Amino acid sequence: MSIDIDAPYKSRIREALSDSGVRKAVDRAMGQLAQRRERAVNAIDNETMRDEAREIREHAVRNLPALLVELETNLIRNGCEVHWARTGDEANDILKEIARTRKVKTAIKSKSMVTEEIHLNTSLEEIGVKVVETDLGEYIIQLADEPPSHIVAPVIHKRVEDISELFQNELGMEPTLDPSIMCDAARKELRKHFLAADMGISGCNFAIAETGTICIITNEGNGRMVSSLPPVHVVVAGIEKIVPKVEDAILLWQAATRNATGQDASVYFSMTSGPKKSNHADGPKEVHVILVDNARTNVMEKGYADALMCIRCGACMDVCPVYREIGGHAYGRTAYPGPIGSILTPLMNENIDIGKDLPFASSLCGACKDACPVKIDLPRLLLELRNDLSEEKITSPFQRFLVKSFAWILKRPKRYLIATKIAGLTQKFSVRSTQTFSNLPSPFNHWTKSRVLQKPSSKTFKEIWKNSSADLPVWKTPSPEWKDRGFINDDETQESNR
Amino acid sequence: MGLFVSCMVDVLYPQVGVATAKLLADQGVDIVFPENQTCCGQPIFNAGQQEESYILAANFLEIFAPMLERKEISAIVIPSGSCAAMIKHSYSILVEKKQSDKLARQCKIVSENTYELSEYLVDVLGAKLPQRDSPLERLTYHPCCHLMRDLRVDQQPRQLLEAITDNKLLSLPEAETCCGFGGLFSLWNEELSVEMGLRKVKNLKACDAELVAVNDVGCMTHINGILIKQGRVCRAVHIAELLAESETK
Repeated sequence: MSIDIDAPYKSRIREALSDSGVRKAVDRAMGQLAQRRERAVNAIDNETMRDEAREIREHAVRNLPALLVELETNLIRNGCEVHWARTGDEANDILKEIARTRKVKTAIKSKSMVTEEIHLNTSLEEIGVKVVETDLGEYIIQLADEPPSHIVAPVIHKRVEDISELFQNELGMEPTLDPSIMCDAARKELRKHFLAADMGISGCNFAIAETGTICIITNEGNGRMVSSLPPVHVVVAGIEKIVPKVEDAILLWQAATRNATGQDASVYFSMTSGPKKSNHADGPKEVHVILVDNARTNVMEKGYADALMCIRCGACMDVCPVYREIGGHAYGRTAYPGPIGSILTPLMNENIDIGKDLPFASSLCGACKDACPVKIDLPRLLLELRNDLSEEKITSPFQRFLVKSFAWILKRPKRYLIATKIAGLTQKFSVRSTQTFSNLPSPFNHWTKSRVLQKPSSKTFKEIWKNSSADLPVWKTPSPEWKDRGFINDDETQESNR
Repeated sequence: MGLFVSCMVDVLYPQVGVATAKLLADQGVDIVFPENQTCCGQPIFNAGQQEESYILAANFLEIFAPMLERKEISAIVIPSGSCAAMIKHSYSILVEKKQSDKLARQCKIVSENTYELSEYLVDVLGAKLPQRDSPLERLTYHPCCHLMRDLRVDQQPRQLLEAITDNKLLSLPEAETCCGFGGLFSLWNEELSVEMGLRKVKNLKACDAELVAVNDVGCMTHINGILIKQGRVCRAVHIAELLAESETK
């Protein structure tokens, strides 16, 4: 990994853009993922599914307190132990306590973003517990000692060559680029851990309130082993993961899978309702469910409850033109990159520096809004966040001043008229006769470094309109040769390249 | 109808405004151009300074709403998808926070009667398709994000452009991917913005286009800004200019 995720925003972006290897890997993988997703959502009545999924999530988030009580009651009835954690640290402490009292040496984990969010692995390793990620992608980045760069495809920034090299070094695998041989190498290693582990840790895709059931979506079967092989299974779930009914979870499973991986259904959908009963052949002796807030109620209080409807499918990052250029690590120290991450990161971190630039890292193109299976209006939330950050004076004073001055001119027609007159003069007094600027002072140098900028016209439309003798200004047909037209001049191209 | 040309057209590309006026006049439409118009407030709104952009929104509503209420005009037409989207969809966000009945009423009538140019020509006026003696060759179309996704206007400009290319409008790879302009995004995130623009340029080259039609001078400024710097032959042109030199009657 070449990006320092703790570096300031600007340098992260610059590093990401200059890493052609990662960019190629991300670009290719995202292109394929987007195509698969497109096929999967077009195979069904996607709009109806989105409407229904939205309704379920909206209902769940609006009725969070009552549903959480119902979930807790039913989890306890099923024989689970329920823990509440206000912060990530509290969740980690609960987990450490469980591990300590059960003398856990090795814990196996299935893929979970909330555990990335609270840095659970580091915390358990502090007390000497060996934590092994069992999702292939997560396993790879654990070996590489990197954070995930995508919430569904954590290793999307790596090429096959990178992974092969890693396996050769870490697992003693023979050189190969055959993915099935590489998979076998990982499987052989992971099998040992599955059989030896004292504790299984999983996340939770949906927690069904009416039955007290935890659902996990996986493709490799590792989730099922994590939740059934070791004697202790600990579920870490964000409080927003709740859904009222079994049918709701099934519909959201559809929505999540089609959007996340472009599959019609994931290979596994594991539903766990408590520990092994006397008549069961397999299963854990204990099941613990840690319900984690970790700033989710903050997100609600600040007016961004919509962001909690997210089902973590990753569609917003798959279609995001910004993510596609920079990949996930450029979003910094956060479990959630892409558009949804740009909303959650600044809202969920006490240290505002971690996320304050992210809401501005969007051209507001709206592709994410169209893709989101639960219809979160992500551009709207980004806009509101931008407004909050500038009202709280967290954005740069220069930026605020510039925009304010711009608005000051625009809000009075007279000021605007004077300003446009002055702008028009640049045309008259320009030394060079080109139609574009290729070198401007700050802040417009940010434009002209890699682009030219159209010069203001010597006459504004308003002037043309006013001076036209008839009701209408005369339309002059431009020369048929497009390149001879004012702003399309070949000489200009050459000049700006000098 | 009332014409709003947008600040960028007024200052940088008056010829787009002139072309727009010609297209509308050719359809026999009476044009009212309120001369105290400035900017719809979009760049300021997108920069996250809603209180400042509210003043511009209020100015706009004060100019156009009474004209609509008195039925002096039946529509507001704008040669820009993103300004139209701002007025149609984002003004309500600003106005909602003010809790004023008058503003809410003004916002409603303005929002219901605002159209992007190609949408107005095709959907409202039912304009006959333009014709050219010699159809344009090697023309493609870049759908501007806010036009396509906020206003859901896509078939209208394509129809018009197909007509002037004799149904040979080139298909642009990854057409729906943003060009990277994004208003002040292009300044605060210049490197990112330029990389996104370079992808657009690469795709323009891939489809061998000489001209790319756009419905927004913002995207046009960005795409041409890069194209000219790169010395490429392709150029972005506003759809109004392309249509204005065709016969539409």
